[in-house]
Amino acid sequence: MSAGPASTEPAAPPSWRLVVTLAAAGLLSGLAIVSAYELTLPRITANKAERLRQAVFEVLPGAKELTPLLWDGQHLAPAGKEEPAVYEAADSTGAFVGYAVPGEGAGFQDNIKLIYGYKPGEKKIVGMQVLESRETPGLGDRILKDKHFLGQFRDLSVEPSIMLVKGKGENRASNEVDAITGATISSTAVVKILNTTNATWFNRLLEPGDASGEGGS
Amino acid sequence: MQEPGQAYAEFVKGLWKENPVFVAVLGMCPTLAVTNSAVNALAMSAATFFVLVGSSFLISLLRNVIPRQVRISSYIIVIATFVTVADFTLEALAPDVHRELGAFIALIVVNCIILGRQEAFASKNRLLPSLADAAGMGLGFGLALFALGSLREILGNGSFFGISLFGPHFEPWVIMILPPGGFLMLGALLLVFGVVKQKRLEASRERERKAA
Amino acid sequence: MSETGQLFWILMSAMVINNFTLSYFLGLCPFFGVSGRVDTAFRLGLANIFVMVITSLCASVLNIFILPHAPYLRLISFIVVIASTVQFVEMVIRKLSPALFRALGIFLPLITTNCAILALALFQTNRGYGVVEGVVFAVGAGAGLLLALVLMAGLRVEADLSDIPKTAKGTAMNLLIAGILSLAFMGFAGLFSGSA
Repeated sequence: MSAGPASTEPAAPPSWRLVVTLAAAGLLSGLAIVSAYELTLPRITANKAERLRQAVFEVLPGAKELTPLLWDGQHLAPAGKEEPAVYEAADSTGAFVGYAVPGEGAGFQDNIKLIYGYKPGEKKIVGMQVLESRETPGLGDRILKDKHFLGQFRDLSVEPSIMLVKGKGENRASNEVDAITGATISSTAVVKILNTTNATWFNRLLEPGDASGEGGS
Repeated sequence: MQEPGQAYAEFVKGLWKENPVFVAVLGMCPTLAVTNSAVNALAMSAATFFVLVGSSFLISLLRNVIPRQVRISSYIIVIATFVTVADFTLEALAPDVHRELGAFIALIVVNCIILGRQEAFASKNRLLPSLADAAGMGLGFGLALFALGSLREILGNGSFFGISLFGPHFEPWVIMILPPGGFLMLGALLLVFGVVKQKRLEASRERERKAA
Repeated sequence: MSETGQLFWILMSAMVINNFTLSYFLGLCPFFGVSGRVDTAFRLGLANIFVMVITSLCASVLNIFILPHAPYLRLISFIVVIASTVQFVEMVIRKLSPALFRALGIFLPLITTNCAILALALFQTNRGYGVVEGVVFAVGAGAGLLLALVLMAGLRVEADLSDIPKTAKGTAMNLLIAGILSLAFMGFAGLFSGSA
């Protein structure tokens, strides 16, 4: 228990003592935090990289290697330390497979983050995975798991743009996506994100060797 | 002094009599947001337990060294440090759970329970009782969270720890895993506890009257 | 989405669609503790908005200039900034309007441990908002908090006057009321996202 005269309030400690206490606390705290950070950083980075690889390989079947890229205003360039904008994927022989493009936009409840695989030669999307969403459980969140819905993105033409339709089943055109029953808005959001992202990247993502000065694969 | 006895008493009070969630209704921010499944509730409880016990440990040890004038700031620095460490540890060991819990791990730092225990107990008591108090409160918090999380998951998703309980034809009460469900479930539990308490009180009064 | 469209979405999302209190369970301490009277709730809500906007700006500054070099200090620096901001706001209000200061009383320091403020800074960082987006987000979140506080206060006033069983009175009732309010706010979901 803290000591002190029984009858009066103990005298306030000098200011330097207050400052020293806080400074010491700050210093020790800083040390502890930095140590924890350094210790866990390798594992955290590995986890993140692994998750990204899984997502990319999911949306680009056959992909085994990926290269993060940025757009520097005129061409694709390796991303280095900055946050990459797209990923170029190659298979085990090093042959070009396609690009994995992240996209984001407003869904029904909150933002949806997704990634899709794109083959520039055929101008087709070959896979799509929702990475983050807060859609209604059981309804909107079927964009995450519904096999039939996700299967439509295995062979989806992006020209002239992706259209959302309802109930067409097998009669849909190559650029049409059937909405999930009961999750129209979430399905619409996904299509909208794909179209908007594709509008930005359509002219930038070319088959390697199609334009001079392309970033190498 | 009956130190082990006292420590045990401090430990047990946090479990039921002074359960931080059900009795004092503290720390509700994390309580309701992360109780949409049993796993999330468990992870959050574990993190909070770690922060609570760790902070109580340090602050009880240093209680005579920290001047009264800067005690709150010091407590917050200690708590924030433990929370940051817990955050990194969870991200490294269980990235999926970490992503589910999101910013709520960091919000443990403003969980009134932790600061409350430091101010009310750890700063004024010796190490062993403080540890017992923190452990009891942490465990009580965990039990409450786990109860809420399990109930919400079972009703709202038909599963427990991700394992489907009722088969594919069960129509889940979806609202239970959505925000309103958190409020409603906790309110319902408090209601039930209130009724039980009331009945016990009346029964003991009956007994007293009969004995007199 | 256009720039203003994006900002409008952030504002409305934070205010009603993903209300900080009724969807994210933030700011519950003042929500349940304070909202007994409508005018107090309103003033607390305003003070909150003010603190949130300042916090948002400070968080943006930290995120742009200092934290890229030391991301692990994020939590501690945010907490320190928030505590200082609240202290500062308290001093300013005391100087400018002693009446308001007396009315708000103990609520001001409580804002520091109000999860909503810290959550604002954390969400803003996680979502990568810039300075302008951050301020809009803060205004929306604060307005949402104000809305929730005022609505709750009004409902509690009514509930106090009505005839409910004694065991239900108190926190249990407030939670159930909050649950229904949260349910009502779910009706805002899907606003602004239906357009093609």
